[in-house]
Amino acid sequence: MSAGSDALTGISALSPDQQARLERAWGDEPGFYGWLKSVNHKTIGRRFIVTAMCFFAAAGILAAIMRLQLARPANTVVGPDLYNQLFTVHGTTMMFLFAVPVMQAMAVYFVPIMVGTRNIAFARMNAFAYWIYLFGGLMLFGALMVNAGPDAGWFSYVPLAGPEYSAGKRSDFWAQLITFTEVSGLLVSIEIITTVFKLRAPGMTLNRIPLFVWAMLVTAFMIMFAMPSVMFASTALITDRLVGTHFYNPAEGGDAILWQHLFWFFGHPEVYFIFIPALGMMSSVISTFARRPVFGYPVMVLSLVATAFLSFGLWVHHMFATQIPELGKSFFTAASMIIAIPTALQIFCWIATLWLGRLNLRTPLLFVLAFFVILLIGGMTGLMLASVPLDLQIHDTYFVVAHLHYVLIGGAVFPLFGAIYYWFPKITGRMLSEHLGRWNFWLFFIGFNVAFFPMHVLGLKGMPRRVYTYPADMGWNELNLVATIGAAMIAVSMVLFVVNVVISYRSRAATPANPWGASTLEWATDSPPRPYNFARIPVIGGREPLWEASGIKGHVHGLSYDTPELLITTVQDAALDHRMAFPRPTIWPLLTAIAVTVLFISSIFTPWAVVWASIPVTIALIAWFWPTRREAAEILALERKP
Amino acid sequence: MNDSIEAAADGSLDVSKLRSYAYGHSSMMWWGTAGVMAIEGTVFALAVMTYFYLRTRVPQWPPGVASPVLLWGSVNTLVMLASALPNHWTKRAAEREDLGQVRIGIVVCLAFAVVFLVLRIYEFKYLNVNWDTNAYGSAVWMLLGLHTVHLLTDAMDTAVLAVLMFTGPIGGRRFVDVSENSMYWYFVILSWIPIYAVIYLVPRAL
Repeated sequence: MSAGSDALTGISALSPDQQARLERAWGDEPGFYGWLKSVNHKTIGRRFIVTAMCFFAAAGILAAIMRLQLARPANTVVGPDLYNQLFTVHGTTMMFLFAVPVMQAMAVYFVPIMVGTRNIAFARMNAFAYWIYLFGGLMLFGALMVNAGPDAGWFSYVPLAGPEYSAGKRSDFWAQLITFTEVSGLLVSIEIITTVFKLRAPGMTLNRIPLFVWAMLVTAFMIMFAMPSVMFASTALITDRLVGTHFYNPAEGGDAILWQHLFWFFGHPEVYFIFIPALGMMSSVISTFARRPVFGYPVMVLSLVATAFLSFGLWVHHMFATQIPELGKSFFTAASMIIAIPTALQIFCWIATLWLGRLNLRTPLLFVLAFFVILLIGGMTGLMLASVPLDLQIHDTYFVVAHLHYVLIGGAVFPLFGAIYYWFPKITGRMLSEHLGRWNFWLFFIGFNVAFFPMHVLGLKGMPRRVYTYPADMGWNELNLVATIGAAMIAVSMVLFVVNVVISYRSRAATPANPWGASTLEWATDSPPRPYNFARIPVIGGREPLWEASGIKGHVHGLSYDTPELLITTVQDAALDHRMAFPRPTIWPLLTAIAVTVLFISSIFTPWAVVWASIPVTIALIAWFWPTRREAAEILALERKP
Repeated sequence: MNDSIEAAADGSLDVSKLRSYAYGHSSMMWWGTAGVMAIEGTVFALAVMTYFYLRTRVPQWPPGVASPVLLWGSVNTLVMLASALPNHWTKRAAEREDLGQVRIGIVVCLAFAVVFLVLRIYEFKYLNVNWDTNAYGSAVWMLLGLHTVHLLTDAMDTAVLAVLMFTGPIGGRRFVDVSENSMYWYFVILSWIPIYAVIYLVPRAL
């Protein structure tokens, strides 16, 4: 590694012996068993990112099959029953197993480093959150493999998903998938909030935390208040199906619209907790490649917070086709228009940043610039859909499919790919190829528009969503074929991405600590970071630590080298509060996740599983909590009373 | 104590004299517990919302069944409110790190938890409706069931902590755990008050 990197990471301040001791305190244990026991946020974060990308690929393959089926009229690649499972599992996977988890996964990896600490808060819970997410995803795809994939759409409306119209176990798998992923997502949100509030490096006041960290903090709060809604809704659905409750059964005083309220009270904020992390990624990339701080930091932060609040007041615009009072609809139309304002403020701040900066037009910036084009179109169609009469006309048509893909892919997936190109050297120590990156970008960008733009027109021409085929005389043939060609281009671009990752990962070229010349703390660690992230915890003196002369004022010493020990600081000013020993690797999060998985899956087949399967869960949790002699002795040895 | 740590001339901070645990919102445990309370509070709020939403769907409430018997729910409410006292006492003892008093306190709290759970069985028995009778019954059972899960898990938590306080190893952080466990009991007790009002009073008063 270059001398410049050493000066940046300060590793030479530690003796080889001190480095080895820190490595033992924070690193994973060797071997496969050690791999299973890991509680290091970078190990878990990497796993989380890779798993989420695998689910992205799997759901993408399902989409490709659907596009093949729709390429020409009266096609017979798949039949209606399988098609229903395909679009349901595609949407469910993209939303619950890819979009939300991948954003949280990036936070699990980067938030602790960006705030200048050595692990995430509640590191064992973090490992548990990963395992439970993995097992939930495997359950969903396992169900699909045995022809028991959910088939009532990703928002699983009752009465279609209820006991009367969805016999069998398909919708139960959907409901339990929600439980798995929401448990995971909620736990990670607690970890992120605690990490941001209590583990920041001394001197990193709230006014100095990177915009990406702000975005993840805001997202974590949103998740905390939105996800319980879908968990509650799906629990009520599964009890309706399995033990005969009547929440959604109108014959016994229940109500189907109740499902829509509960689902969208989660579902609309969900769009924003996919979108807001992407905004944070945008700020990171734009600042680095414009080579200046993001213009209007307070505006950016307040816009994120405003978006989060407003996003809880939009849910009814998904329900304009139901019997709710017209006055109520008007309110939600207005709210849907208002939320464009904070987003616009951020876009103007980014434009100002790009305008005032010296641009370095590399692949990460290309992906981020695509956001401006695609999201803008998605936002425009969003404004159109927010108006009740227009919404009623194009409700449940391909216009909505086009809109949601413009918003989600343009607003989240393009920035995510920019972020992957940007942070790949930090995670792996290897740069992705710029050449392949450009091919990846342009094929994705063009393919995306070729695939999804025609769907606007198809929708206006009346093609309903979720139909497995269509007759030849509807005037939909050409546009559907064009969309399928676009999908093929996206598929090729994704293959190029995988090739790029594999080739780069295998190359030997080592990357310096800060290859892009960025300003935030993750670039003051080695690429990839050591298990303990920082040789010494920095003391922060500015908002752009690596760009300002006094950005890093000094370093912390006096923490243990042999016990994983962290600094806890105060919420607002990041002043010293106390130091705290952190957990070492343990197998119990994995065993607990297995026990919980047994409970969740077997309760689909017999309600009594909730009783008997809770016994192993309890035992695992107690074993998890029980202090080992070694840990207790370590903690006592370092104890200093308040 | 924190003010006594000053940066050296080269900007470095020596933290070796810093305390190794803290109570209240200084502690990470407080934030973890607060996060869980925020999530569970949201779930309770949604369950109450669902109850009132379903109430608008029928002309009569409760629909076709008798209201829940007041006695057991009310007795349990009084017992829960009373348990705030031993909880408070235990929390104070934990923050003074008085092991003897914590041992007594936590056993008393645990005894209260057992009483809640026994009374809860009678509450279920005298709801006058089953979960599968109608949507009203489903909503009531969901509310009571959700709260009971909290009673169960916190009783288990308290039992484990109680055993640890007798067997050791005892360190400062164990007292922080006891203090946060008491805070969580406050949450379980306080969230019961609106749930009690919804289950037992709304069918009578509104």
